[in-house]
Amino acid sequence: MIWRVLALSVLLLATLVTAIGVVYARQQSRIAFVELTRLGNERDDLNFEFGRLQLEQATWAENNRVEQIARGKLGMVSPSSSETIVVKR
Amino acid sequence: MNERVQPANARTRLYVVMAMLGLASSALVVRAVDLQVVRKGFYQEQGDARYLRDLDIPVSRGTIFDRNGEPLAVSTPVESIWASPMALLEHADRIPELATAAGLDEDALKQKLMAYSDKEFVYLKRHLNPDDAQVILKLDIPGVAGQREFRRYYPSGEVIGHVLGFTNIDDAGQEGLELAFDQWLAGEKGIKRVIRDRLGHEVENVELVREAKPGKDLTISIDRRIQYLAYRELKAALTEHHASSGSMVILDVPTGEILAMVNQPSFNPNARGNVDPSYRRNRAATDVVEPGSTMKAFTISAALESGKWKAHTPVDTSPGSLTLAGGWTTHDVHNKGLIDVTGVITYSSNVGAAKIALTMTRDHMYDVFHRFGFGEVTGCGFPGESPGNLPIAKSWGPVEQATIAYGYGLSVTPLQLAQGYAALANEGRLRSPTFVRGAQSPDRAVIDPQIAASLKTMLETVVHPPGGGIKASITNYRVAGKTGTSRTAVGGGYQKKYVSLFAGMVPASQPRLVGVVVIHDPQGAFYGALVAAPVFGKVMEGALRLLDVSPDDVQNWYTATPDPARTLQPARQAPDGATAEPDFAEGVPE
Repeated sequence: MIWRVLALSVLLLATLVTAIGVVYARQQSRIAFVELTRLGNERDDLNFEFGRLQLEQATWAENNRVEQIARGKLGMVSPSSSETIVVKR
Repeated sequence: MNERVQPANARTRLYVVMAMLGLASSALVVRAVDLQVVRKGFYQEQGDARYLRDLDIPVSRGTIFDRNGEPLAVSTPVESIWASPMALLEHADRIPELATAAGLDEDALKQKLMAYSDKEFVYLKRHLNPDDAQVILKLDIPGVAGQREFRRYYPSGEVIGHVLGFTNIDDAGQEGLELAFDQWLAGEKGIKRVIRDRLGHEVENVELVREAKPGKDLTISIDRRIQYLAYRELKAALTEHHASSGSMVILDVPTGEILAMVNQPSFNPNARGNVDPSYRRNRAATDVVEPGSTMKAFTISAALESGKWKAHTPVDTSPGSLTLAGGWTTHDVHNKGLIDVTGVITYSSNVGAAKIALTMTRDHMYDVFHRFGFGEVTGCGFPGESPGNLPIAKSWGPVEQATIAYGYGLSVTPLQLAQGYAALANEGRLRSPTFVRGAQSPDRAVIDPQIAASLKTMLETVVHPPGGGIKASITNYRVAGKTGTSRTAVGGGYQKKYVSLFAGMVPASQPRLVGVVVIHDPQGAFYGALVAAPVFGKVMEGALRLLDVSPDDVQNWYTATPDPARTLQPARQAPDGATAEPDFAEGVPE
């Protein structure tokens, strides 16, 4: 009889503990999910910023633009083949 | 009696009351079981449907880089404004305010909302700058919300528009590599479950149903600098010769990578809208031309392989024309008399090519052409690539065999032609071209390395006097190539419209690059030697410099040791000063 009561109370206790455990774990997972979302958004924002900067850089460095500035504004020319000397090493 | 009956009566009433109470409570239990157990699923679903929502987590499309890591296509986030017509119409008094902020016509907006009044979602404005979207969202109008989307930008614009293709407003690939690699680039939308109130505000994140997988980046084989160079020169040549369209392809010989592929006319992939669809075609891969004399390189390859001909076997081309049974005649522009097989390439003799072809079996010729990849898609995976047209050997009569020998009666794409010349350049080993950096496909032997080597030597004679392709020459480098001119074929005949071609390889001693230039419908001068060859020379000169390919034909080495007695010799005459004599170099049929 005493064993039965003991077993029953142990099981009862275990049930109680796991019940609280479930609630706790769920709360933790919510907190973690919120944190994950926040970090994910931060990562995305940084990625987007990076993409925008890449785009900006690519636009500034666009060959056509570089060529026009080099030839027009700065008066640069590419050396013709006859002006090129090949250095042998 | 009465006194005796009453207790019994009271007991009966007690039973009745108890029975009724019992029935009532079991009815409650039954109802509770019915709701909680039997029909639980249904009610749960209905309840959830009223506030739980599965929302897409948008993912950005992968970036496309050129071979040196320069971005060619970048997705950046934009904001789209949407509304729930049901919720918004309840607050109709705020519609004018919304219309002003969003720059929409008020009446049109109202009509749109009425038309969709039983719906919960309608886009008001798409792809706004995030800052502009915030202005609208700050008004806090019920039923109006923002949604993040992505828009694709192409910093190189029209220079590489044909190769990359473009995406539609939903960021799905529509053409070109955007379509071919759509799955790789697109990634996979995530799904999250959230609790939302009646007005569409997210109250709580419940769980992540599916994690978002952002699109993967793609590094393609194109070199942006060479691409630009080719685009610039091709465009200039089209303007100079008032030509209608053109293409250029540059392949890296050892790997088969496509370093540049440009077309004219072009389009700006950043601007969606009404562009003539023909402007969007990647002509280098989707359009076919008759290769004209550029095909003679493969005819001669077949001749050498047959064993009946050697590089210096004489061929009599007099009197400069050849008539076959049936009255069909081909002409050379000049009668060159007795020349050798190399001369057939140098002077581009149609008569010589036809005479040589007629000594071979048609099956052998077909086999050689087929091995060089003609009549089949190249395997580069470009959407809509054309296989060209190589008629089956059975259908060839002597006339067909003779005309195919100098590039008429079959059609090829510029990319196929480049692939074929790359096989000659690569010691007779053909490798499918690829658009992905480092994704070289296995090569296969298509012709004996010695034959490829002697073809290379023959093709070099074209670029030196008296060959016609002198305008393709590059100072300090040896160039091997072939000019070509063909008439544009239209249903059953030929127009008075020409196609100028040049196909070649540099540096000839150990080819690194193969280039093909095709220009349609030039006005005035139309020979490949005058129209296409100069483009090849100019672009390749720049490409060799950009890729640091060492010169293999230097006339005056500048030795590092100082030598006061040494005088600088002027470098070999630049191609600008050279004169081309194309008239005998192209066999254009009358």
